[in-house]
Amino acid sequence: MASALRVFPSPARDRQTLAEIAGVVPASRLGARPQPETILTGIPQVDGLTGGVPRGGLTEVFGPASSGRTSLLLSLLAQVTAREEVCALVDASDAFDPHSAAVAGVDLKRVLWVRCGKQVFRSSFPVSRKNPAAAEKRKTRNQKLASVEQALRAADLLLQAGGFGLVVMDLGNIPPVIARRVPLTSWFRFRRTVENTDTALVVVEQEASAKSCASLVLKTRHLAISNEHLAKTGAGPSHARLLSGLQLEVEVLNSRILQRKPVRSATTTFESRTVWFG
Amino acid sequence: MPYAAIYVPVQSPQQEAAAHAVLLDCAQAFSPRVEDTAADTVVLGIAGLERLFGPPARLAQDLARRALELGLAANIAVAANPDAAVLAARGFTGVTVIPPGKQAERLGSLPVDVLQVAPEMLETLDRWGVRDLRHLAALPEVALVERLGQEGLRLQKLARGALERSLVQAAPPLKFEETMELEYPVALLEPLAFVLGRLLEHLCALLGARALATNELRLVLGLDLADCSEEVSSSSFLVSRENQASAEQRETRNEKRYCLRLPLPMLDSRLFLKLLQLELRRHPPEAPVVRVTLAAEPVKPRPGQGGLFLPATPAPDRLELTLARLAGIVGAHKIGAAEILDTHRPDAFQMKRFVPAAPRGLKPLARAAAVSARLKPCPPAVALRRFRPPLAAAVEVRAGEPVRIAASEIQGEAASVSGPWRNSGDWWKGKASRIDTDAHGSNWARDEWDIAVPGNQGIALYRIYREIQSGAWFVDGTYD
Repeated sequence: MASALRVFPSPARDRQTLAEIAGVVPASRLGARPQPETILTGIPQVDGLTGGVPRGGLTEVFGPASSGRTSLLLSLLAQVTAREEVCALVDASDAFDPHSAAVAGVDLKRVLWVRCGKQVFRSSFPVSRKNPAAAEKRKTRNQKLASVEQALRAADLLLQAGGFGLVVMDLGNIPPVIARRVPLTSWFRFRRTVENTDTALVVVEQEASAKSCASLVLKTRHLAISNEHLAKTGAGPSHARLLSGLQLEVEVLNSRILQRKPVRSATTTFESRTVWFG
Repeated sequence: MPYAAIYVPVQSPQQEAAAHAVLLDCAQAFSPRVEDTAADTVVLGIAGLERLFGPPARLAQDLARRALELGLAANIAVAANPDAAVLAARGFTGVTVIPPGKQAERLGSLPVDVLQVAPEMLETLDRWGVRDLRHLAALPEVALVERLGQEGLRLQKLARGALERSLVQAAPPLKFEETMELEYPVALLEPLAFVLGRLLEHLCALLGARALATNELRLVLGLDLADCSEEVSSSSFLVSRENQASAEQRETRNEKRYCLRLPLPMLDSRLFLKLLQLELRRHPPEAPVVRVTLAAEPVKPRPGQGGLFLPATPAPDRLELTLARLAGIVGAHKIGAAEILDTHRPDAFQMKRFVPAAPRGLKPLARAAAVSARLKPCPPAVALRRFRPPLAAAVEVRAGEPVRIAASEIQGEAASVSGPWRNSGDWWKGKASRIDTDAHGSNWARDEWDIAVPGNQGIALYRIYREIQSGAWFVDGTYD
C-alpha cells in the first residue's frame, strides 16, 4: 500500500520562486523606463538631440514658414520608406510637392497622400454684397476650417486602420487661429490610438496645439539671412545664391521619450542644401 | 457503384434558376462526378468517397446539411444507379438511402408521375389501372413492348430500379452572377444594402465552394425611369434614327453600373458590402431601384502568410475600406500615391491608386544595411510647399527685379531676390493656360524668382514667377 504527501508552499514563497524563475521585475521597481522605439530623422544633429521620433506617440514639429519643417518631414519620410514601411500624409492644404519629396529620397509609392481642401463648404453666413472683401476672407477661412476638419477625420481613419509606420498630419499652411480650434480631445484621441502601436504620428503646424498629448515637441526656425551669408554664397550661380546652405535650428521644447521628466529647451543647428547647388 | 441524387422542389422559374446553380455547387463540393440531370435535380457519383465522408447515409446527411446552409430544403436519395436515386429523391421527402438490390421494393410505392413521361403515356397507364411503380414493374415485358414500344420497356426498368447507365458529367459554370428582381422600387440605400448583402453572401459562398476569391465586383442597378422614358419617347418619335438612339440611351439610362476593383483577391462579403455602400453613397442612383445584378470575377485567392521579419503593413482589406472611406471625405481623385511625370512642366504629377508594394523578405540586419546603403548621411534638401492653385500676386519691379510683393497673405518688401530662371516647354502644343497646373496639354513659359520677404515671424522664402505671355505674377510656393 502506497501513500503520498503533498506539501503546499506558502503564497509568499511561491511568488518568490516564480519571480526567480521568470526573472520578472515589476514595472514600479525598474530603475529606468524602457526606451520606446524611435525612427531616426536622417539628420544627425536632430537625431543626436532627440533620439528620433517615437513610435506609438505624437510628435509636433512647428515653426513659421521657411523654418525647415518640411525638410525635416521629408527626411523622416525618406527614412521610413527606405525601411519599406508604409506612410500616410494627410495634407490639410494640399501643399505637398512630390518633386521635393523624390529629391529628398522618399519612395513615393509607399506614401499614401490624402489631399484635403478645395471642397465646397456651405457657409451658414449670408454672403455680404456690401463688403465683398470680407465675404471672400470669410469664405477662405471657412474653407480652411473645412480642410482641418477633413484632415482630422482622415487622420483618425488612418490611425484606426493601423499598419502604417508613419502618419503625418500637415497643418503647416493652416493659420494658428484655426489650428487652435482643434479640440484637445481630438489630440488626446490620436495619442490613445497610436499608443502601443508601431505607428509614429507627426503633426506639422505653425504653432504647437497638442499641449500635453505630444511626446515630443520640436520647434524649428531658420537663422536670419544676413549680408555675410549672402556674401559667402554669392560665388554660386545667381539663382542658387539665396537658398544654398540655409542655417536651420531645431529646439526641443518637450520630450517624454528618454527620461521621466520632460526635457526642455535643447537646441541644435544644421544646414540644408539645395538640389542644384551645394 | 452508388449514386446520390439531390432534388429541390421549387415553384417559380427564377427560383429554379438560382437553385440550380446552388445545387451544382453543393454537389461539386462533395464529388467531381456530377451530372446536371434537370433544372431541379443533380446526380453525383459517390463511389470511393467513404474514406472522406463516411458511409452513404452520413454523406447523404452532410449533403442535406450543406444544401440547407446554402438556403435549399432538398431531398437527398442514395441508390445503386442514377435513375433510381433520382426517382427516390423526387418521390420521398428528406434523406432516403436504398440498399443495393432493394430498389424495386422501395420505389414500388411511388406514383407513376415521378417518371415524368408524356401525358399520353400517363393516360394509357392510367387506363390500364397502373398507378404506381410496383404495378408497372409487374407487367409482362413482351406485352408491354408490343403496346408501348421500347419506351415502355425503359419505363419498366426505371420502375424496377434496374436501368444502368453512366453519368453525363456537367462542366462547372465559371460565371458568378446573381440577379434579383425587386417586388417594389427601392429608393433608399439602407434597404438596398440588405438585398446586396444577401447577394454578396451567396456569391461569396459560391466562390468559396470552389476555393476562389474575387478582385472585381460589377453591380448593375435597374432603375425605375418609367416617367422619364415616356417623355424621351414622345419627344423623339419624329426621326427614326433619333428614335433608335433614344432607345439605346433609354436603355443605358435605365441602368446604373458600378465596378469595384480590388488590388488583391478577397472573399469577405461584409467588406464587399461596406465598399459597395460607400460607393453608392458617393454616386447614388438617380431613380428607385427595381433590379439588382451582381457579378464577381473569379480569381485564385492570395497566399495568406507573409514573412516573419517583414515590416508591418496595413491589412489589404482594411486598407481598401479605409481608402474608400477617405474617398468619401476628400474625393476619390485626391487620395493615392503620387507619380512624377516624365516632363519638365512645373508640378507635373498624377495620382495613382495606392497599392503598397510588398516588402522584400530581408532579415533585420540586412534591412538596416540596405537602408544605410540607400540613404547616405547628408544635409536635408530644401523642400517646396506649393500653393494649389498658385496665388495671384501684384509685384513691383525695379530695374528688372521684383522689389515688392502683395498677395493674399504675403505682403512686403523683398529682402533679397535671385533669378530669373526661365522655364518653358511644350511650345508646339498650343496656348499656355493661365494658372491651371492640371492642363498638361498646353505649353508654358515663365520666369521664376526666389524671393525673401520679411514677415512677423522672420524672413520667409517664396518662389514666384511671371507668365511671359500674360505678364501676370503668381506665388508658386514657399521654401521650407
